[in-house]
This record gives sequence, C-alpha cells and structure tokens, in this order.
Amino acid sequence: MESIKLHYDISATDFTRAGAASGDVKRVLKELGVAPATIRNVAVAMYEGEINMVIHAGGGEIDVEITEDAIQMILTDHGPGIENVELAMKEGYSTAPDNIRCLGFGAGMGLPNIKKYSDEFRIDTELGVGTTLTLKVYMS
Amino acid sequence: MTAKEIIEILDAEIICRDDLLDTELHTACGSDMMSDVLAFVKEQAVLLTGLVNPQVVRTAEMMDMHCIVFVRGKRPNIDMIHLAEDRDMIMLCTKLEMFTACGKLYEAGLRGGSGK
Repeated sequence: MESIKLHYDISATDFTRAGAASGDVKRVLKELGVAPATIRNVAVAMYEGEINMVIHAGGGEIDVEITEDAIQMILTDHGPGIENVELAMKEGYSTAPDNIRCLGFGAGMGLPNIKKYSDEFRIDTELGVGTTLTLKVYMS
Repeated sequence: MTAKEIIEILDAEIICRDDLLDTELHTACGSDMMSDVLAFVKEQAVLLTGLVNPQVVRTAEMMDMHCIVFVRGKRPNIDMIHLAEDRDMIMLCTKLEMFTACGKLYEAGLRGGSGK
C-alpha cells in the first residue's frame, strides 16, 4: 500500500471545531479497513493533542502519514513551549485555566493519555518557540 | 439493554436518532470530565454527562460510543445535535441527577467497562 498523507491546520479561535481533524482521520482509517482498536488509539491520541493545541498553544498543524505498518502523527505548534516536561507528563498536573475545566478538559490527563495510546511517543519543546509531538501507532 | 429500555428506566426524552433505539448497549460511564472518559473508558457504549458542549460528542465519537445521556435536565444545542446525528449517535435527556441515573442503570444490569 502506498502511504497516505494528510495535513490539518488547527485553529485556536473556535473550540467547537477542535476534534474535527481527529474525526476525519478516524473516518479515513475506517474506510481503509484498519482494526477498530488501532483506530481508537489514533483517534484519542490525536484528539487530546488537538485539544492541547487549542487550549495551550494558539493552534498549530498536524501531519498524518498512514503506511502499511503504522500511523504517524506529527503535531506542531508555535505556542509557549512546556516549561517542565516531566511535570506535564504526570497524571493530574495541569496548567489549564478554569474556563477550560468548565469545558471538560484540563484534568492533567492530556499528555499522559497521548502517551498511553501511542506505541511511540516523542516530545520536543522549547520555551517561546513551541512544541512538537511525534506519535506512532502500529497497525495491529 | 437497548436504548429503548434506557429511556424507560431514566424516564428520558429522545433528542435525536430515534431510528436507532433498538441498539444493544452493554456498558456505560458517567463523567463531566472528558479527559477522564478518554483515559479510563474502554468498549463503553453509553456516556452519561452533565456537560453540554460539542466536545462531549467528539469525545464519544473518538471512543466509539453510541449513546449520550444528558443528566440533570441539561439539553444540547442544535450544533451538537447535528454533530451526533451525523455520527449515528443517540442523544437522550433525563431530569435525574448523575448519581441516580447511573445507579438506576447499574441496577438494571448496565455495567462499566475496564480501563486500558
């Protein structure tokens, strides 16, 4: 199978649109006949990433590549960067403001969830420059 | 348990997709925190929540859930209803509080799923 590449610009201005890109990838994978458990792992990891971009980084971009072996997602933002990655990876730690908690997020589960649902997880971040997550979910 | 039975147990109102009420639903979870739903839920079909925003539908979509029940008399707006309709998701609304709604469904045989 030839690889399929998808690109999404994530806008931070409309919280209601957050998750649209993840939903689109989910539909593409379903059409390709990918195993439901694999699809869910991709969908949840990417969705949490999308939400993070909207909450913390003023939006960003997501590039998805689907190959025979895996689904790779590269989530890039130009937000403030993460000051303490170790803390950010800790379940329950959050810097999200109260208005985000009212929306059902900001429980400090975003990055831990993303890691949990990914087979490969890499985070590159620089203060004042932005954050890039490189995720891979293997085809089961 | 079918969605039809859930409507009876919770004295719920149908918001959308009344064509899918015979869908079998075996597991559920109740939460107002979507990150918790994404973290701990596996193979669950029903989401009970008091939260009303489009991310409730998106979260249910990512988790392959088939039915959303709004508790405490909360009602989704038209954008949320359209989003759910497009994704073949049943939406119900009950006046019961979260604890009571979950308890009644549990008593009737609906169970929580195990986390990943």
